[in-house]
Amino acid sequence: MTTRQSRLASGWAAAALAFLLIIITFSTIYIFVKRIWWFPESITALGADVDAQFVRTLVITGIVFFLAQLGLGFAIVRYRDRGRRAVYSHGNNKLEILWTTATAIMFLGLGIAAERGWARFHFQGASPGALQIEVVGQQFQWNFRYPGPDGVFGRTDPSLINDAAGNFVGLDSTDPAAQDDLVLPIIAIPVNREVELILRAKDVTHSFFVRELRFKQDTVPGLTIRVHFTANKVGKYEIACAELCGLGHHRMRSDLFVLPPDEYQNWLRQQAETE
Amino acid sequence: MAAHAHPVVHEAPKGFIRKYIFSTDHKIIGIQYYLLALFSVFIGIILSLLMRLHLIAPNVELPFFGQMTPEQYLALMTMHGTIMVFFVLTTAPQSGFGNYFLPIQIGAPDMAFPRLNMLSFWVTFAALIVMLAAFFVAGGPGGVAGGAPISGWTAYTPLSAIGPIAGPGLGMGQTLWILSLALFAGASLMGALNFITTTLDLRTKGMSLMRMPLTVWAWFVTAILALLGFAVLLGAGILLLLDRTAGTSFFVPAGLVVSDTQIPHKGGSPLLWQHLFWFFGHPEVYIAILPGMGVTSHVLSTFARKPIFGYRAMVYAIFAIALLGLSVWGHHMFVSGMSPYSALAFSLLTMSIGVPSAIKTFNWIGTLWGGQIRLTTAMLFAIGFVSLFVTGGLSGLFLAQPAVDLPLHDTYFVVGHFHMIMGVAAIFGIFAATYFWFPKMFGRFLNERIGKIHFWITFIGVYAIFMPMHFIGLSGHPRRYADTTAVQFLAQLDPVHTFMTVAAVITGAAQLLFLFNFFWGLWKGEKAPDINPWKATSLEWTVPSPPPHDNFQGRFPTVYRGPYEYSVPGAAEDYTPQNAPDTGQTASRQ
Amino acid sequence: MAGKAATEELELIELGGGRGPRDAGFGRDDAGAPLVPQRIYFTGIWLALAAILMFFMGLTSSFVVRKGLSGDWVAFSFPRILWLNTTILLLSSVTIERARRALLRDEVAGFHRWWRITTALGLGFLAGQVVAWQELAAAGVYIASNPSSSFFYLLTAAHGIHLLGGLTALLWVGRRPAVAYVRATPLTAVTVSSIYWHFMDGLWVFLVLLLFLGR
Repeated sequence: MTTRQSRLASGWAAAALAFLLIIITFSTIYIFVKRIWWFPESITALGADVDAQFVRTLVITGIVFFLAQLGLGFAIVRYRDRGRRAVYSHGNNKLEILWTTATAIMFLGLGIAAERGWARFHFQGASPGALQIEVVGQQFQWNFRYPGPDGVFGRTDPSLINDAAGNFVGLDSTDPAAQDDLVLPIIAIPVNREVELILRAKDVTHSFFVRELRFKQDTVPGLTIRVHFTANKVGKYEIACAELCGLGHHRMRSDLFVLPPDEYQNWLRQQAETE
Repeated sequence: MAAHAHPVVHEAPKGFIRKYIFSTDHKIIGIQYYLLALFSVFIGIILSLLMRLHLIAPNVELPFFGQMTPEQYLALMTMHGTIMVFFVLTTAPQSGFGNYFLPIQIGAPDMAFPRLNMLSFWVTFAALIVMLAAFFVAGGPGGVAGGAPISGWTAYTPLSAIGPIAGPGLGMGQTLWILSLALFAGASLMGALNFITTTLDLRTKGMSLMRMPLTVWAWFVTAILALLGFAVLLGAGILLLLDRTAGTSFFVPAGLVVSDTQIPHKGGSPLLWQHLFWFFGHPEVYIAILPGMGVTSHVLSTFARKPIFGYRAMVYAIFAIALLGLSVWGHHMFVSGMSPYSALAFSLLTMSIGVPSAIKTFNWIGTLWGGQIRLTTAMLFAIGFVSLFVTGGLSGLFLAQPAVDLPLHDTYFVVGHFHMIMGVAAIFGIFAATYFWFPKMFGRFLNERIGKIHFWITFIGVYAIFMPMHFIGLSGHPRRYADTTAVQFLAQLDPVHTFMTVAAVITGAAQLLFLFNFFWGLWKGEKAPDINPWKATSLEWTVPSPPPHDNFQGRFPTVYRGPYEYSVPGAAEDYTPQNAPDTGQTASRQ
Repeated sequence: MAGKAATEELELIELGGGRGPRDAGFGRDDAGAPLVPQRIYFTGIWLALAAILMFFMGLTSSFVVRKGLSGDWVAFSFPRILWLNTTILLLSSVTIERARRALLRDEVAGFHRWWRITTALGLGFLAGQVVAWQELAAAGVYIASNPSSSFFYLLTAAHGIHLLGGLTALLWVGRRPAVAYVRATPLTAVTVSSIYWHFMDGLWVFLVLLLFLGR
C-alpha cells in the first residue's frame, strides 16, 4: 500500500470512528431524553427531590458527554494524518485553567445542590406522630411488625426466634406489650401519613428497596436504623432486597400497599383477627 | 543528583529455568505477569458468559453440569469479579507492562530489587492457584461453581464471616478466597516497593522527574496507592479470618439467628469490614485505571505526532486522582447505615475527583488537536479508552451524590458504571499497550488487520453490553440477582438482558481474534527489524527488540529532553528521541 | 569522620574472600564493590515501613471502632512482664545504635559485640511476649474471650512476627565469618536493619500504650 493509499484507508477509519461516536452519543442522549427506560413515578417528597437532582445531573453530564465524545470524533477526522507536520504545542495554560474552573464549578455545584434532598431525608428524625413499623430482614423474607393498638412494640429477644414456629422476630409472649404486636410478610401504610420504618436484620445484611419511594436502606445486623417518609399515592409497590444476602437474594421480595386511611384501618383489623 | 550506577556488561543468566521460569529479569517477569493475566481474563470472560446465559435462560441445562442454581450463579459472579479485578486489572497494566517498561523508560538496567521482583510474581502465581482451588473444594454450590464462595468480590460481613450456615461456598471456599487475597496483597506490596524505589533511585543521567514519560508517572503513583491500600486489605483479611476460625467478633454482631440457629458471636460491626475493605477497594480501582491513563497519554502523543497537551497538568492530575482516591471510600457506603453526615464529606470529595479526570480528558483531546493522527490499532484502542473513560466516569457523578445514589445503589447502574471504567476502559488500556509494545517485546508485529477487526467489534460490543445496564439500573433492577423470575417489575427488562447477552457472546468471541493474533504473532508475526517502528521518542525505542538482559548493553543513555518531543520545528524528523543530544534546536521547556 | 578508608577496607574484606559474588544483575566494579546505588536500600526500607505502618493503622482504627461499639469490651489484667519486655526492647535500640556507630568508627569487634547483645535482647523480648501470652492463658483469657483480648493477641502477634523478621535480619547481618554481600555494603545492611529495628521499637511503645490504656 502506498502512503497515500494507507492515508486514505486511515481517513475512512477516522470517519467511521467519528460516525460511531456520533451514533453512540445521540442514541444515548435520545434514550435518556425520551425516558425509554426510567424510574417509575415517585410517590414521596424525597422522590421529587431525587428526580430533580437526577435531571440536573443528567443535563450537566449530558453536555460534557456530548462535547467530549463529539470533540473526540471531530479531532480524529479533522487532524488525521495528511503528511504534514503537527502543531508543536505543549498546551495552553489559559485554556487549562478555564476548563478546570468550569468543571470544578459545575461538579461541586452539583454536589452542593444534592445535599438538600439528602439532608431532608436523613438529618431530621421522624415527627412524633409518625406511624412506626419495624422491618426485620432475614434470609429470605421480609418481616413487618406493627405495635398494635397499644402503640408499643413488645419485647423481643434473639434467643426466642423460632422460624419453624412462626416467631420470626423473637417476640416475648410474656410481655404484655407484645400481645397485640402484628408480624406480617407484607406491609401496608396509610396514604399521606408520615411513616417511620425501624430497620433491623436477623442474620446478614439486607437492604429494603422500593423504587417508587426512591430510597433504599441497608438493614444491618446489630444496628437499628430509622428512616421516614410520607407516601402520597395509593397503590401496590414492590419491595426488593438490594444487598447480597445469600442464595435467595433475588427472590427476597414483598409488597408495600399504600391505602386510603379507612381502608388501612380495615386492613389492620383484618390482619389482627387472622392472627 | 547522586551518582548513576552503570555497570560494565555482564553475563545474562543461562539455562532455560533461570532464563524463563525463575528469572530475575524484569522483562521476563513482566511477560509472566501478562500471561497470568491473559489466562485469568479468559476464565473471567467464560464465567461472565455463563452468568449472562443463565440470566436470560435460568432453566437451561448446561452440558455436563446440568441446570445452574442461583447459588452457583452467585459463586460464578463472586469469582468473576475477584479474578478480573485482582488477577487481570491489577496485574497486566501495572505488574505486566510496568515491570517490562518502567526500568527501560527511565534508563535503568533492571528493577531495584530483582529477586524481590521474582518473588512477587511467584507469590501472585500461588495466589491464583489458591483462588482457583476454591472451585475444587467441597461445601460449595456444586455444579459448574464447585466450592466457590457466594459473597461477591466485596465479601461483606456477616455473610462472609459466619460460615456455611449462611450459604454454600462460605466454608472452605471463602477461606481459600481470603488466603488467596492475603498472598496477593503481600505480592503487591513487594511489587509496589520495587516500583517506587526504582523510579526514585535508578533514573539515568538527565532523566529528571519532569522528563519521565506519563506511563512511568502512572506506574509510580499506582504503586504508592498499592503500597498504602493493600496493607489495609491484609489487615482486614486477617481480622475476617480470625472471626471465621478463632471465634473473635470483629465484624459479627451479637444475637444473630441464621436459619433458626443462634450464632455465638459478640458485638462486632459489619460496617467496620466495609470501611476497611473500601479503604483499600477504592484506591484499588484507581490502581486499575491509572496505568491505562498513562498508556493512553503515551500512545495518543506518539500517533498524533504531537507533544502531550499540558504535561505538567497531567502529572498533577495523576497525583490529585490518587490523593482524592484515598479519601472517598465512603461513597460505597451511603446507604450502609454509616453516618449521613460523613456521607456529605465523602460526596464532595468524590465529586472533586471529576475535576482532575476532566483535565486529563480535555488534555487528551487537546493532544489530538492539531496533530497528524495515524490510526494504528494501538491508537484506536487509546482513542477508545478516552471515549469509554468519559462514559464510565460521567455515570460516577450520579452515584457520587448520596440523594441520587439512593435509588441507584446496588442496581445495574453501578454495574454499568464500573464495567465501563474497569471492565472496558482499563482493558482498552491493556490492548493499546499490547499492540504498541508487542514489536519491542518480541521483535514482531501483531497483525494490524486482525487487530483492527478486533478493535471495531470490541468497541461496538462493549457499548452494546454495558450501556444498557445503566438503563435497567434506572428502572430499578438490583444487582447480584441470579435471575429475574421472582421480582415482578423485572420481567419488562428481560429483552434488554437478551440484547446484552447476545452482545456479550459476540464480543467475547471476538477476543479469540486477539488471542489468535497474540500467539500467532509470537511465532509467525511480521518481523520488526527497525528498533523504532513507530518513530517514538521514549527510551525503550532506542534499544533492540527484545532488549538485551541489562537493557542498554552497558551503554546507559543520557537524557536531554522531555518524553514527547514530536514535530519539533526545524528538526529533521517529526520526532526527537529523549537521548538525542541537543543540537541547538528549539529547546523544549522541560 | 575518622575511619572512612578503614570502612572501605572493611567492606572489601567483607566482600572479597576469594569467592566470586553471585550477581543479581547490576555488576561490580574492578575492586569488587557492588555497583548499585546504596540509597535504594534506604528508600526500600522507608517504603516497607510505610506499608507496615498502614497495616497497623488499619488494625488500630479497627481497635478504636470496635471499642466504641457495644458494651462487651471487658478489661483484662495487663501482664506486668510487658513492661519488662518494653524496657528490653528500648535497651536493644540503644545497643543497636552502639553497634552501628562502632562500625562507622571501624571498630569491628565492638560492632559485633553490641550487635550480638542486640540480637540477644531481641530474643529476650520475644520470649517475654510468649510468657505474657502464657500468663493470660493461665488466667483463662484467650483470643476469643473478649474483643479486648482479641486485639491484644492480634496486635502483639503481628508485632512479634515483624520483629522476628527483624531478628532474622540481625542474624544475617551479624553472621561470621562474613560472606560476600551481593549488592548491599555491610554498612548499608547494618544501617537499614537499624532503621527497621528502631521502627519496631517505636511501634511497640505505641502498641503497648494503646493496649494498656484501652484494655
